[in-house]
Order: sequence, then structure tokens, then C-alpha cells
Amino acid sequence: MTEHTDARKDADAPARARATDTSRPLAYTNREMMAISAGRLIRDGDILFAGTGVAMLAAAVAKRIHAPRAVLFFETGAIDPELEELPLAVSDPRVMNRAALNSGLIEAFSIVGHRKLHTVAFLGAAQIDRFGNLNSTCIGDYHHPTVRFSGSGGAADAASLASGFIVFMQHGKRKFVEKLDYLTSPGWLSGGNAREKAGFARGGPIAAVTDLGVMKFDAVTHEMYVAEYYPSVTPEEIVAYTGFPIDVSRAVEALPPTPEELAILREEIDPQRLILG
Amino acid sequence: MDDRGTLADKLMSPAEAVSRFVKDGCQLALGGFTINRNPMALVYEIVRARRRGLHLVCHSNGQALDVLIGAGCVARVEIAYGGNGRFAPTCIRFRTAVERGEIEVEDYSNNQMSLRFLAGALGVPFIPTTCGLATDIVRLSGFSSQTRAAHKLPAEKLILMDDPFDDGRQVALLPALTPDVCLLHAQTVGDRGTVRIKGLTFADIEQAKAATSVIVSCEEIVPEEELRRDPDQNCLPGFLVDAVVLAPHGAHPTACRSFYDYDVKHLNLYKAVAKDDEQFRRYLDEWVYGCADFEQYLLKVGAAALQTIKADPVSGYAPGMDRT
Repeated sequence: MTEHTDARKDADAPARARATDTSRPLAYTNREMMAISAGRLIRDGDILFAGTGVAMLAAAVAKRIHAPRAVLFFETGAIDPELEELPLAVSDPRVMNRAALNSGLIEAFSIVGHRKLHTVAFLGAAQIDRFGNLNSTCIGDYHHPTVRFSGSGGAADAASLASGFIVFMQHGKRKFVEKLDYLTSPGWLSGGNAREKAGFARGGPIAAVTDLGVMKFDAVTHEMYVAEYYPSVTPEEIVAYTGFPIDVSRAVEALPPTPEELAILREEIDPQRLILG
Repeated sequence: MDDRGTLADKLMSPAEAVSRFVKDGCQLALGGFTINRNPMALVYEIVRARRRGLHLVCHSNGQALDVLIGAGCVARVEIAYGGNGRFAPTCIRFRTAVERGEIEVEDYSNNQMSLRFLAGALGVPFIPTTCGLATDIVRLSGFSSQTRAAHKLPAEKLILMDDPFDDGRQVALLPALTPDVCLLHAQTVGDRGTVRIKGLTFADIEQAKAATSVIVSCEEIVPEEELRRDPDQNCLPGFLVDAVVLAPHGAHPTACRSFYDYDVKHLNLYKAVAKDDEQFRRYLDEWVYGCADFEQYLLKVGAAALQTIKADPVSGYAPGMDRT
């Protein structure tokens, strides 16, 4: 599900007030850093299965800066629209504006999985495990859940069909878990070549972009590692907020947003701060 | 005017359409997607008619799903997503009902549900997919075998089998859906029943073709001739439609491209009241039971609010509308 931005209280999550911590003043917020970090992962010409929220900002930033030929489409069937205002849902009439075509779900999923396209999906989730499998369905037993979420929407499909997917999460021990309560969307499954063996022709998680940094997956074991930590964060903090052991040996400090990236994000993409908050 | 039928025997009020086609316990497909083109005029009427035990089949539903569940009309859902975008990442009455065990739920993905409607529309008994392999969507059934038997559902949620054309690969076979009733809200219906949806069609067309009965509410009814001048834009022929309900603003508070945007104020109000049982009960009393029909509901929404959400003809939404 791509509209998932559920901000459940997570006692183990780092304080969200980081950006307003005056002892360590930042010229940008974590949400801005997330959008820009994820935007940098997009390649020019990628076909982007867009969600809303921060994912939308990431796609818009990439398109304006280094990936002008990237194309956005939505699981609802809106293909390559011109977004003049930020959509608040993938069915927002704003996603239909000046599109190449407005179609439906089956048409959209035929693009996600198209063998001649390099498609990248943006997904959110309530939980992620070390192999990038996602839960957006429930906490607790499936038949008697303590917390129910929206469910897959198109997330399981995009995770199955796309050339790759990027996950947006808030970092916290209850979100980065040893074992998912429910596996909604397939990542690298149990690691190694498990995904290929399960019958997926391609795809898998590329990165998890959080409010602390960018996590990637080892090319062979497909286990998550810390690739980048934001300038206000230490690798040790990421370890402390992750519910499973995570490798930091390859971690580097992320480049802060450039003035150009920030200006485009704030002035052109979300001037009303509908998503930036 | 030729003699290829008119709307005379199909044009009816929401109350008549619900009374004729939507029975207690029936299987119901809802058109639209999260905050767009939900068939709300029909949904409010189902609530007023106090239908019970409904079985909903949906991909990504929002407002219509949540109101029906909150009003106690629903026994179980087959669903991919219950959410209202930024207004409720998870639909609140849906979440509450599942957490309290008040409804049974069985999860699929959007593509799986769309494919199941397509299979129903094509008249094939099942359809294969590789989406969701190795996930709990494929592993776990939401409904018990008793529920399946009691409500004439397929004995299995889905079946995994080896791809008969490709050694070593598995596929999931999903049973087709053939709902009793499909509710849609469209922009325009011709006076001989042809349906035109502007903008995204989601899985509305597949749902309509898969259903036994189709009720279409619409913003406007125009001379059929106008729609036949540009048949490329039309979505369903009149002979597939069983009831047509003229209901301007019939998707409120969700959006209807080229006619109106979503109503931010109303969705925010709904979000606030849905969190509390008592407040939600009062919301239904005030906005649904307290209104004799959809016209009264619209009077309550008010002309000023409807003017705020009025769509601009070029963009199809209300540019610059305050969406905070």
C-alpha cells in the first residue's frame, strides 16, 4: 500500500523533534532529508510507481533535478500526469491532470510488471524485516489483530512485479523488527536467492529510506545494512533504533541537501507544506 | 428518438434502487477508490434502509466502505486496502471493527482483486497471478471454512499450483468474483443508459461487468445522442445497467473529476468523529438518518461548501483549494 503514512505511537522511535532541537540546529527537517535522499536513488528514465506523502516529494525532486526523463504513474491508472498540485491520495483528481492517459488498475499493473521497462515503486509500511519484507496489514495475530492497518493495496503487487522498490519508514525498534507480524509485500524473503526461487522474475527492495538514514541490502546475502546516516545522526543511533543486528561497516555520512534541492522542494513542490508539515 | 429503449424503467430514486437490488446479506462491489467517486448517495440510502450482513468485495475503498462498516451494515469484507489517503491512512471504523472482531476480513492485493473482477466479467472460474507469492496474503485465509460453507464462497481462498507451461514455477489461482450488486458513481449517463466515466475508471468497469445487478448513480443525464457522438469516451452500454439514479454531488465527500473535488472539511470532520463510538453515532444520526434523502443531506452540506469544492473545467479539480 502506497498511501501508508500511519504515524502510530512508537515508544522506541527516536524523538521526532530532532529538527527543532536548538542545540543541534538544522537547516532542514528529517522529512526533507528523506525526500531528497530517496530522490537521489532514482535514475533518469525510471518509470516510477508513485505513492503519496514523502514518496511523492522524492519523485518530484528527482524529476526536477537529475532525472528529468523519469515518468510517474499511479496504481489507480493515471499514467504520466503533470502534477500541478500535490495529490493527497493516489485517487486524488490531481493525479489525472494532463496525463498521457487515465485508465484503471489493471492497466497500471501491466506497466509495473512490464518486461521492457525499468520500474521503481515507492512503498510505505508499518514493519520491515532485515530482508526488506514489509507488513502493512496488522500487528498481532492476523485473525485477532491488536492493530489493523490498511492492508496491501497495490504494495504486494508492486513488490512482486517492479524492477525494484524503495521503502519509506520512520526508524524505530517496533518498525524494524526481527519478525513481521504479517508478510504483506515480498522483499528478499529469507535472503540469498530466496526471492528468485519463490518465482519472482525480478525486483526486490533497493533501499529503506528513514528519518535517520538510508539502508541498503547486501548484493549476495540480501541482508540490510546502513549505507548512509544523515549528518545529524550517528551509525550507533541507527543500530539502537533497529530491532535486529545491522551492519554499519559500510556506512557513510549522507550529503546534506543542496540549496537547489531544498529550494525546489520547498518553493516549487510543496509550497503549502501539505506533506513537509 | 428511436425504439432502442429508454431509461423510463431504469431511472429511480436511491431508495427504490436499494430496495429493489440491495438485499440483506448480499455480496456488494463498491466502485471508486479511496477518496474518489465513492457511490455515497447510494451508500447513505443503504444505511437508512438498515441493510445488514453485507459482504463487501473491494480493491481500495475508503469513505463508502467506512460508512457502511461504521453503520453496522457489513458482516465481512474481501479487501486489498481500507484507507482514505491523508485523511485516514487506515479507515477508522474499518480498523475498529476488525480489531473488535465485529467483521470478518480476508486480504488480497489490488491487482489480485482487479483480476478477480476481470475473471468474473469474462466468465472464467479463476485467474492466475504471480503477485503476492510467498506472502501471508497467499498463506493465510481470513474466512473460516464454516463461513465459506455458510455463504457459498469457494472452499479455498486461493490455490497454489505449478505453472503447467513452465516447470518449477508456481502461480496462485484466484477465484473469480461475481458480486450480486455493483454500485458505481459516474459523471454522465445518456437517456438510453450509456455510461461515461471521466478520469480514472479504477476497476469500475470490470466490477460492473462481473455483477448480477448494476446500479449507477450519476451527476447528469444527457441526451444519448451527445454520448454517441464520441463513443470512444463511453464505458458501459445501457443494457448492462439495471438502475440509474440521478444524484448530483452523489460522491460527496469524495471527489468526482470535472464536477467537484473532495470535501476537505467534511473528511476532516469525519476523521475526528470516527475515532469515538458516541460521536460517530451522532454523526450518522445527523448526516444520514437525520436526512430523509440525499437532497436533504446536500442542503446540510450547504451551497457555500459545494462552491468551495466546485471543479475547474480545465484541471478537473478545485485548484488552490485549502487542503490543510
